[in-house]
Amino acid sequence: MNPELLNEIASLKEKNVIALKELKEAGGHVVGSYCLYSPCEVVTAAGAFPVTLCGTSQNPIPAAEKVLPRNLCPLIKSSYGFAVTDTCPYFHFSDILIAETTCDGKKKMYELLGEIKPLHLMQLPQLQDSDSARRYWYQEIVRLKEHLEEVFDVSITDAKLIEAIRLANRERRSMKELQDICKIKPSPISGTDLLTVLHNRGFSVDKEYAIDLVDRLTADLRAAAERGESPFPTSTPRILLTGVPVGIGSDKVVRIIEECGGNIVCFESCGAYKRVDPVAEEGDPLQAIADRYLSIPCSCMSPNNGRFELVARLAREFQADGVVDLTWMACHTYNIESYRLRRHLQEESRLPFLQLETDYSESDTEQLKIRIEAFLEIVVAGMKQQGKAPSA
Amino acid sequence: MQKVSVGIDVGSTATKAVMFDGEKVEAVELLTGWNPREAGEKAFADLLQRGAISSAQLTSVIGTGYGRVSLPFIDRRITEIACHARGAFHLFPNTRLVIDVGGQDSKVIALNGDGSVSDFVMNDKCAAGTGRFLQVMTGVLDITLCDLGKLAADSQPASISSMCTVFAESEIVGLMARGAGKGAIAAGIVQSIAKRVAGLAHRLYAGGEVTFTGGIARTPEICHAIARELGVELNVPERPQLVGALGAAIIGFEEGSDRCDNQRERIL
Repeated sequence: MNPELLNEIASLKEKNVIALKELKEAGGHVVGSYCLYSPCEVVTAAGAFPVTLCGTSQNPIPAAEKVLPRNLCPLIKSSYGFAVTDTCPYFHFSDILIAETTCDGKKKMYELLGEIKPLHLMQLPQLQDSDSARRYWYQEIVRLKEHLEEVFDVSITDAKLIEAIRLANRERRSMKELQDICKIKPSPISGTDLLTVLHNRGFSVDKEYAIDLVDRLTADLRAAAERGESPFPTSTPRILLTGVPVGIGSDKVVRIIEECGGNIVCFESCGAYKRVDPVAEEGDPLQAIADRYLSIPCSCMSPNNGRFELVARLAREFQADGVVDLTWMACHTYNIESYRLRRHLQEESRLPFLQLETDYSESDTEQLKIRIEAFLEIVVAGMKQQGKAPSA
Repeated sequence: MQKVSVGIDVGSTATKAVMFDGEKVEAVELLTGWNPREAGEKAFADLLQRGAISSAQLTSVIGTGYGRVSLPFIDRRITEIACHARGAFHLFPNTRLVIDVGGQDSKVIALNGDGSVSDFVMNDKCAAGTGRFLQVMTGVLDITLCDLGKLAADSQPASISSMCTVFAESEIVGLMARGAGKGAIAAGIVQSIAKRVAGLAHRLYAGGEVTFTGGIARTPEICHAIARELGVELNVPERPQLVGALGAAIIGFEEGSDRCDNQRERIL
């Protein structure tokens, strides 16, 4: 990968903090959110800047555990810990927060978070294909719009919403093209590098700049692939990672899989492929936003058949040789759903499947390694049988 | 000249080295102690000496076990999952499920008809259902693992509901304070680990023969208790603790790789 582009991407986080500071000093408004269900279009249409808040590091967890129970998902503890220790600059600069009633852990944590900073909680229904849920969620999008209009004393017009949808869709198109580059075999970028790009990009304030940067990177990687360049030999097992959100700081499983000889070619997770579907640009913009966001296949939905279909489709499209389902410790929804996902994939493709349950700490690295190495042994044996890898 | 291969399994408690020549097996075992690398080297050197093996005969050395990364003299490392499967398949060719209770983790491995691994599950990030659990519990009772089996054999089990090693330890201290007999507590410990291991095995068990490996399988009462919980007889090898190293030696023998680096010359 082009080292200049890589440096540019690595410096994104830092640049964004400076940009945010300047923006605030110039009287701009910042809205922080944690989850993919937060509709950034409504924020943009209100003339404010949507930012993703920190929650992928082990560092603030001990501070969070002074208040939150220890046996809680590390993502929730980390998010809260960053807030109470004021160590996330994006949180620091946020005027208000948007959050949703997704899982039990998050919604109860948000009650506490609301004591630190004004928080608008959206009531997310947990059923996707019913008119009542659709109407309910639409009302919640309207309530968010009205709330932002009141807080920032602005009027959110349809024209502004459509403009915001178009911008967000261009961002999604750019992100999808980058991730789709990994469909090339072997992939011209490692999963570790791809995750770094996706993670750092997520904090961008200047969306146009981030779109351009990702597009340049995609073009660069496509050219590299055409020259036959890849960090991996063709026989490298291609792994699809599904499950809980991962980011820099909570990427140990990504690193271990690639250190043990696999290549993560697709992330079916919130910061990655769950994010790429566009919002319809026709019709009532608020309804289009509501429909797009409600269809996100998160394990907090019941049932969540969309995820099973998405994982199976992505496994085919990215020519995955194995699927790893990552569960954060105490994330009941993803943990329980893993059983049905495994069964669905076995009926669909018989792809080797591994569920891993862990947290952000490094204490179980060796235990994870043995599981991942043994899984890759099974994957490679399967590839040899199909003639996809050279015999030993 | 007879070609031989060696498998070295550096476990958290014991280090095992096995040599395989296609038929015969020679083995040594010793405690791992604090230095897995030294333990691996010593087991290897002792084995070569005992088997009177020359470096020219040696076709492959494969490392496995948690200390597999610390052995500079091996050709290749393979996970203990593949090794236990291969070793158990060699000893009991109809094996479809392997239960291995090791020092710091327990594993259940499902096998294809050719002895390769189709799937596996391991205990989660805690010591419940492992050798360490038994080590701590026998420590509280001030007995050996062998005593534990004997004591458990003739007693009605006291109920130990906590799966967590630390909480189970407190539970046992509580039982002792209330005057429960040593035998009842021992039987309770055996039942507790059997339930935990059988629960793990049920996730993958789809019929066929089950082979129990790892040092814990030397305690007949634990074998019986797991068999009872699982509802199926278990194949128990004569020296169950060697199955991982044996599997490593067999895989190496079949692959017949022929590399020998300077690090190994130092030991030979």
